[in-house]
Amino acid sequence: MTTATGTTAVQPREGRMARRAFAYWLTNYRRVWRGSLISGFLGPLFFLVAMGFGLGTLIDDGATGGLGTPGYVQFIAPGILAAQAMQTAVGESTFPVMGALKWQRQYHAMLAAPLGIADVVLGHVVFVTMRVAITSVAFAVVAVVLGAITSWWVLLAVPAAVLTGLAFTTPVFAFAARQDDDSGFNVLFRFIVMPMFLFSGTFFPVEQLPGVLEAVARVTPLWHGVELCRSLVTGTATALGSLGHVAYLTAWAAGGLWLAFASFRKRLVT
Amino acid sequence: MSAVSTLARALPVPAGAGMARALVERNARAFRHGWVTLVSGLFEPLFYLFSLGVGLGALIGDVDAGGGRMVDYAVYVAPAMMAAAAMNGAVFDSTFNLFFKLKYAKLYDSVLATPLGPRDVAVGEITWALLRGLLYSTAFLVVAAAAGVVRSWWAVLALPAASLIGLAFAAVGMTVTTYLRSWQDFDYIQLALLPMFLFSATFYPLSTYDESIRWVVQATPLYHGVAMTRDLMLGDVSWGILAHVAYLSVMGVVGLLLAARRIERLLLR
Repeated sequence: MTTATGTTAVQPREGRMARRAFAYWLTNYRRVWRGSLISGFLGPLFFLVAMGFGLGTLIDDGATGGLGTPGYVQFIAPGILAAQAMQTAVGESTFPVMGALKWQRQYHAMLAAPLGIADVVLGHVVFVTMRVAITSVAFAVVAVVLGAITSWWVLLAVPAAVLTGLAFTTPVFAFAARQDDDSGFNVLFRFIVMPMFLFSGTFFPVEQLPGVLEAVARVTPLWHGVELCRSLVTGTATALGSLGHVAYLTAWAAGGLWLAFASFRKRLVT
Repeated sequence: MSAVSTLARALPVPAGAGMARALVERNARAFRHGWVTLVSGLFEPLFYLFSLGVGLGALIGDVDAGGGRMVDYAVYVAPAMMAAAAMNGAVFDSTFNLFFKLKYAKLYDSVLATPLGPRDVAVGEITWALLRGLLYSTAFLVVAAAAGVVRSWWAVLALPAASLIGLAFAAVGMTVTTYLRSWQDFDYIQLALLPMFLFSATFYPLSTYDESIRWVVQATPLYHGVAMTRDLMLGDVSWGILAHVAYLSVMGVVGLLLAARRIERLLLR
């Protein structure tokens, strides 16, 4: 961008000013956090109460007599913890990114300042991760209060949920930056996010699915996030298994970040 | 003239809104490029049906669908998904889409410069929402029947029943939309919809609740929609179903009148 104009000397290296971009999103968020509290926090809570306690009574008295946890609610609470992280992450990485690219053009404004592509992307990704962390902590606290999570390992399950969110944030950033309008988001929500929410182990073990679908479910990042969170709080985690899940989720997050840099550069610079 | 516009002009439209079909035709034409969105809307209730019916059904076994009828969980939950889909579709159409047209596209400012009036706008938009809803519920019913979770020919009447649910929610949704200030306010609509979706005897029977709070559930419109659709799809039809029909009809008519009045005040002040 800044080539032979002489300003190159004062331009900080890309990525050093991500904090400035983050500060912008934080200022923005201070004005609208009330509404996001409803969708980000009450939604998962309603699912926990309806499915865990309501539907749970049917499952605990049902054909197989439960899923190995004291009650069904203890089974789905860590599942919903991971799933809400995914949903918050995808929600915050679709319309807000498109808006900042196309409608409000905050990214253009940032690039006109001494910020580079890496600053813009990292600043926004960190902000989204903060949003995921807030909803995850809030949900975990309520789940503990309701007795749906009873282990101190919840302290590790929350960062696991945040990592699950990050595994979605960066690939969706890359995807959103390549969209011309929001119709692609409908497809993303309905054919990727919603099926993952329903079939990747949140509500029932993936072993219930027919063979091929089970294999597909095990490849999704959400399944790894759900398994990681669930095994931690139910005390079935193994060091090797947990590290495997963490590595898989980290790979998605890192690969997504690399793609996001490329997509943003293509869209905004060239 | 294309098939779409022929269809739009052949539709029956209530009196007092003689030009509403022109708006339906406009929406149908504008939507021809949005078919991915249109088709994708069909899948959500099906995903729920198979996730809960297949995945959870095996863990649950039989469920009491009221009055001691024991049915498979998938049979129990299918009508609820159909009713909830009718609600969600109608609300989405009458809130998000309407808000965009009202505030950003300024569509109705141009519509009212033609011989169409505010009542045409209200009736036309709701008719369009109902047509889309009918498409979805027909497809859902066909898949549900193929999956073997429909128990009676009465289920054919679940189609008009779903349209009635759609009418009630679209009319109220439209009225609410005229009061919204910004996109942030849509979170409050979500706040009303999600608990209804989850708690209206959709996923588990009313008898799961403590007796002291059952009346709260029974007061919600979706409860009546679900109960009506479930009776029809299980073939357990009695005169009691008319109470559900009456509840939703009153909601629809009142909503429609309020919506037309609000649009008139917003646009022709």
